[in-house]
Amino acid sequence: MYDDIRLAERTDTMTDVKIAARNVNVHYGDNHAIKDVSVDIGDRAVTSFIGPSGCGKSTFLRCINRMNDTIDICRVTGDIELNGQDINDKSVDPVQLRAKVGMVFQKPNPFPKSIYDNIAYGPRIHGLARNKAELDEIVEKSLRRGAIWDEVKDRLNAPGTGLSGGQQQRLCIARAIATEPEVLLMDEPCSALDPIATAKVEELIDELRQNFSVVIVTHSMQQAARVSQRTAFFHLGHMVEFGETGQIFTNPQDERTESYITGRIG
Amino acid sequence: MTDLTQARSLTELDPRTKKRNAAEKRFRAYGVSAIAIGVVFLVILLWNIISAGLPAYTQTSLKLDVALTQEEVDKAESAVVKTTRYRKMIEAAMVAALQDQGIENPFSKSRDLVRMLSTGAPATLRDAVLADPSLVGQTSQFEFFMSSRADGYMKGRVTREDLARDKNLTPLHLDVIDRLVDAGMVERGFNWNFIFGVDASEARPEQAGMGASILGSFYMMMVVLMAAVPIGVATAIYLEEFAPQNWFTDLIEINISNLAAVPSIVFGILGIAAFIQFGGGVMGIAGFKQSVPLVGGLVLSLMTLPTIIIATRASLKAVPPSIRDAALGLGASKTQAVFHHVLPLALPGILTGTIIGLAQALGETAPLLLIGMIGLVATSYPEGFVSGFTEPNSAMPAQIYQWATRADPAFYERAWGGIIILLVFLLSMNIIAIILRRRFERRW
Amino acid sequence: MSASTLFLVIAVIAIVGFFVGRHRALATADGSIRRLHSLPQYYGSHVAVLSFAPAVLVLAVWSIAQPLVIGGSVQSQILPSDIPEGRDISLVMTEVRTLADGLSLAVSSGDMTAAEADNAQTFIGDLRDRLGALGVALGGDVRPSVLAAAQSYRSATATGDLIRTVLVLALAGGAFLFAFRQIAPDFRARNTVERAVRVILIGCASIAILTTVGIVLSLIFNTIQFFKLYPWQDFLFGTTWSPSFQGASELGILPLLWGTLYISFVALAVAVPIGLFAAVYLSEYATPRVRAIAKPALEVLAGIPTIVYGLFALLTVGPFLLAAFGEDGVLGVNWMQGGTAVMTAGLVMGIMLIPFVSSLSDDIINSVPQAMRDGSLGLGATKSETIKTVVLPAALPGIVGAILLAASRAIGETMIVVFGAGAAARLDLNPFEAMTTVTAKIVSQLTGDGDFNSPEALVAFALGMTLFIMTLGLNVLALRIVRKYREQYE
Repeated sequence: MYDDIRLAERTDTMTDVKIAARNVNVHYGDNHAIKDVSVDIGDRAVTSFIGPSGCGKSTFLRCINRMNDTIDICRVTGDIELNGQDINDKSVDPVQLRAKVGMVFQKPNPFPKSIYDNIAYGPRIHGLARNKAELDEIVEKSLRRGAIWDEVKDRLNAPGTGLSGGQQQRLCIARAIATEPEVLLMDEPCSALDPIATAKVEELIDELRQNFSVVIVTHSMQQAARVSQRTAFFHLGHMVEFGETGQIFTNPQDERTESYITGRIG
Repeated sequence: MTDLTQARSLTELDPRTKKRNAAEKRFRAYGVSAIAIGVVFLVILLWNIISAGLPAYTQTSLKLDVALTQEEVDKAESAVVKTTRYRKMIEAAMVAALQDQGIENPFSKSRDLVRMLSTGAPATLRDAVLADPSLVGQTSQFEFFMSSRADGYMKGRVTREDLARDKNLTPLHLDVIDRLVDAGMVERGFNWNFIFGVDASEARPEQAGMGASILGSFYMMMVVLMAAVPIGVATAIYLEEFAPQNWFTDLIEINISNLAAVPSIVFGILGIAAFIQFGGGVMGIAGFKQSVPLVGGLVLSLMTLPTIIIATRASLKAVPPSIRDAALGLGASKTQAVFHHVLPLALPGILTGTIIGLAQALGETAPLLLIGMIGLVATSYPEGFVSGFTEPNSAMPAQIYQWATRADPAFYERAWGGIIILLVFLLSMNIIAIILRRRFERRW
Repeated sequence: MSASTLFLVIAVIAIVGFFVGRHRALATADGSIRRLHSLPQYYGSHVAVLSFAPAVLVLAVWSIAQPLVIGGSVQSQILPSDIPEGRDISLVMTEVRTLADGLSLAVSSGDMTAAEADNAQTFIGDLRDRLGALGVALGGDVRPSVLAAAQSYRSATATGDLIRTVLVLALAGGAFLFAFRQIAPDFRARNTVERAVRVILIGCASIAILTTVGIVLSLIFNTIQFFKLYPWQDFLFGTTWSPSFQGASELGILPLLWGTLYISFVALAVAVPIGLFAAVYLSEYATPRVRAIAKPALEVLAGIPTIVYGLFALLTVGPFLLAAFGEDGVLGVNWMQGGTAVMTAGLVMGIMLIPFVSSLSDDIINSVPQAMRDGSLGLGATKSETIKTVVLPAALPGIVGAILLAASRAIGETMIVVFGAGAAARLDLNPFEAMTTVTAKIVSQLTGDGDFNSPEALVAFALGMTLFIMTLGLNVLALRIVRKYREQYE
């Protein structure tokens, strides 16, 4: 149903820079995983990171909301600024940062709680609702925006783990937007899903662009082409090329990008 | 709502986040204090054991020259109670020694004076004479243990106030002891008797030792080694390598996991009913009676079995299937594959598990109480190596229990001292297990 | 021949069989191993196994059955008047056996001729002294009927032993010849040997079942015996525990159960929070270095024998608590009368259980998938919020299982309560009061006198039964919960 590579609608103005990363390096013990990466991520746009396995794209993504803090042997250097503030600054509370920069993971990971409690979890810990009615409202709104409301509205008290894989992933996306983040990081959100569920999630990502800055890591070049406005290509820890998605896919500047896109490396 | 989040700066913490971070700190502090409490308990326990137990390793004794004449010895040996005369000899020697040293003897009866010595002193003298008859007709120096009270005074455990209501020793004795110390006749030395000696009756804590019970424990460990280890390893091999998936296998598995949780005292009840009542009583098997290391060892074997089985299975499981496949691919039978390849590779793990199981059995007390390892004063070593299995004896934890129930601070000191020996054994076994694991651990 | 000599003879036959079989196999193949189906030693083992196993099996069964059968038939010769008042016939049977063995000993040591022993009735008055000189201790003077029973016991045993010897040796020899003649180059010796190995392994595995059966039987038989002497209603619902060996005992289990549960509760109240927080800290916060030190340190607590904890309770914790809560105590509250109390035992038992709770919970918390934590942290939850609202609820079934296992440990613990809890059975709420437990009473009822037939001693088996059922129930429940939990994440 898609053409070979259907390029996403180009309404990219790229005026506001939401996240600016400069000379980011990441070490896992002795392993130098990210080498000198600099990138600007725009507001209200989808940016995709592509590249072969182990190229560091997920690692870089996890730097943006400091999820790498949870790994003992991981060291991050360089500047990453969100709205002009250095997120690695000592005075920044990673908890507050993560409330602004939400994350969706590769494998759907609903909590073993009810659907309602899964969504309400973020608003509850961040104190976004003053009372039960407000919370109900947030839950409904998030589930609607996660394009899953119609499927679960009759069983909000059923466990989230009982949903199908695609539903679980949309639940996790809804859970992430319930905290009203400014940036949404998605780490291969469709890798565990079948094509139909993938299509639904992709549609959802396109809608989310209206309100959020979305960063998506993906293995699938088609997916990057379909959903993103800007694309960064990672290879062996380096960011090789970064530009408008159309540009990257039709006229790559770097030899390695071209080899990857045409299927010679990867 | 969007305004709310947009308004938050990353560096300025809003009150809610501050509260949440405080809760985080508190939670973390609970964790740290839980660990700290555990470690503090451990330190208190160990410090308590060492400080209370170390005094048991020294003993105060009196160096005394005793003149032994043939006539006196003959008289003593022909009497019914043979030690009485030897006591008289010691009394005389002590009175003489006090005179020599110019120490005033405050007692009119010399019998009162020797109360500061162990009541076992005459027997010590007699044993020395019997062991070396050439001593007769000479004056030679002997070392006699002081009584537990006098010993306690030297160790600071007994004070003059304590003796106010004491029938055995008076402050007058302590004055004499002080002078004897000045004269160099009373000294505290290392107490080998505590490690190698046998238990003594309630009146003579100073002479009680762990030796016999260490041997009793040793015999029981031999039984465990001979019974539980082969059976446990064989069971594990069967379950892990051969057993088909059927109800019988399930039954064995359920049994093993439940046996691991049966309280040890229930194994003691099994010991009474199955080995002593049935085996010894109904069946008339000679070795199955109370207080016998053989029975104790069998009870401990049954108790240790699950530990050994579980450890062996874990180490068999850790051998990758590729090894089995390789052997089978060369035309080895299943049995050959297991016994030639899997078992040798799993051996270090099995050994570690066995040692840990043995350590657990060594420290176990409750079942031993029921099969009569207490209530017997183990005053002698077994006569021969084999008969050691079937001669009534004690065991280290049972001996400690017995001393702890004798309600005399001198015996409490011995009980703590005995615990030190027990822990040294356990510690060395565990260290051996750790070294084995470190040295032979293989990562696949 | 005695059973042990017979066993040795069979063993020698088997060893000879090994070498003969091995030699024969090589001979049939003209010395060329390649023509044999199995390696030569398998042929040897085949002969050895076949001559050893059936003979030993028969020997074992015969040796177990013979005394039972003969004892049963001899029992009828004992007159009811010979059984002492209030005693069991088994006591007299022990005497019969001792006497029979004593006579045999006297004959074999040359102290008596065989004829003399058969006519022992003629010098029955001297019998006790004569046997006593040989080290055979008899309880009292020999009664004629007991001696008659002992005589027939002796002769029946002698006949039985003779039949046993012949039978067993014939079996061993026959099997030896049979196996020997089977040997041929294409005989599959390895397969039969491996089958034998498998049978041995199954036999060993069955010991676990036998042990359980043994426990259950020994508990049930003696419990039934107890309920014949003492009404079960009074045992299960009685609120007084006052055994007296003069009779008129009141043996109600309720005060003991209460003490057991109360002490276990105190122990868990100490161990569960500390153990759980320690586990959370070790698995979620601690750096590898802290973990490498703190985890083994806690586990040392688990390796210390319970007798040490018992002594710690009796000599250290008890006096310490008394100094704080007792009369003239530091706190001036005078709640405590003596060093032994529910608090003393519970506190020490709690310390003992800390590593038990923490290492079990640690495993369970570690098995909660990292994705669950990431999901929560990615939403901006703090670590403690993640633990409290995601990790612990997910791990809850496993933790409940761990706590149940700890409870089962607490209920079955003996040494700490023997030393720390006191001896008085009480139904009381004051935790500073001395109370006693099921396990402590099993010890006190079964140590000392060797007479197992009074209700005061037999009650220990009923107590053991109660304890066994309680711990088994808790364990089965806990294992089921933990297994369910494991399946959830596998």
